Amino acid sequence: MSIIGKLFFTFFKIGAFTFGGGYAMIPLIQDEVINNHQWLTLNEFLEVIAIAEMTPGPVAINTATFVGYRTAGVLGSTFATLGVALPSFVIILLIASLFKNLSKSPWTKAVFTGVKPAVIGLITIALWSLGKVTLIDYKTILIFLGALFLLIKAHLHPIAVIILSALCGLLVA
Amino acid sequence: MPQKSRLFDLFFTFFKIGAFTFGGGYAMLPLIQREVIETHHWLSSDEFIELIAIAEITPGPVAINTATFVGYRTAGVLGAFMATLGVVLPSFSIILLIALFFPRIASHPVTQRMFYGIRPAVVALIGSAIYKLGKNVLVNGFSYFVALVVFLGQLLMGIPPIPMILFAAAAGVLDHYVNSDHNAINRFLR
Repeated sequence: MSIIGKLFFTFFKIGAFTFGGGYAMIPLIQDEVINNHQWLTLNEFLEVIAIAEMTPGPVAINTATFVGYRTAGVLGSTFATLGVALPSFVIILLIASLFKNLSKSPWTKAVFTGVKPAVIGLITIALWSLGKVTLIDYKTILIFLGALFLLIKAHLHPIAVIILSALCGLLVA
Repeated sequence: MPQKSRLFDLFFTFFKIGAFTFGGGYAMLPLIQREVIETHHWLSSDEFIELIAIAEITPGPVAINTATFVGYRTAGVLGAFMATLGVVLPSFSIILLIALFFPRIASHPVTQRMFYGIRPAVVALIGSAIYKLGKNVLVNGFSYFVALVVFLGQLLMGIPPIPMILFAAAAGVLDHYVNSDHNAINRFLR
């Protein structure tokens, strides 16, 4: 198989078998990209993760684009990105078309009575674990509280909050 | 054939979402909330939480799942395609530019300082998502109970999200079964 085909199928596999998005994908990507295919060294991979974290958008897309480019140029990045996005796209299309009728049943309603608060619990875990490693001194705690106030009380647009926080970082870091 | 303007709206809205969310996943929830629920009314807050649950139990990035679902709901398969293309395109182009021209951008001191500010703001974004979604969802003893069990189950015992969602679904069905007009678990907790 050509390198482009290998990139597509490897990232298709990564897209099809990682649940929970983002950081849950990193071990699988590491296994495929470093151990199986040796497309990147461990150091290059860590660099990719740093860049993926610092650029906007889904971590999976960032990583696929970067690895694809490093391995086989622009065409490589196109096929790696297509591969990682395709499984979710197809699965969600199937679910969305079935869901129209399903969502009217009382059983679906009952299931979601339980699942909705569970989602709140899951997001709170993300808040907890990210907060633990991010809010490390009084400055970061102040930026956190300021951003929270602007989002909830002042109802500022999230994009404005991101830009303001970057300016804060430039001023105080 | 869906209207051209609606397809463009979907593409542009998800392009914005893709271009301004750092840290992936849950950090994009407030932006999706603002754009998809409050500005365009493409989903209700309830439907949005259902969608997050579906995104959790299906593979792939949450952003792609959300874009595809909202796009399909709003304008069919073509809508799903345009929304997904929109959310992917910013990362794709930015990463290509970085790989081509600025391979050292992540370690540059200016980038480092900006992210000193952005990181705590991302935590605040997640906090505001919990606040806004929680207002509609945490309405009785049962919902607080499920949220707490999921949180503690992960924190103390490391139970992954999918078993947690299955447990919560079973709890929801049980609650529905026990409770036709009065909620037994609520009474128990009160």
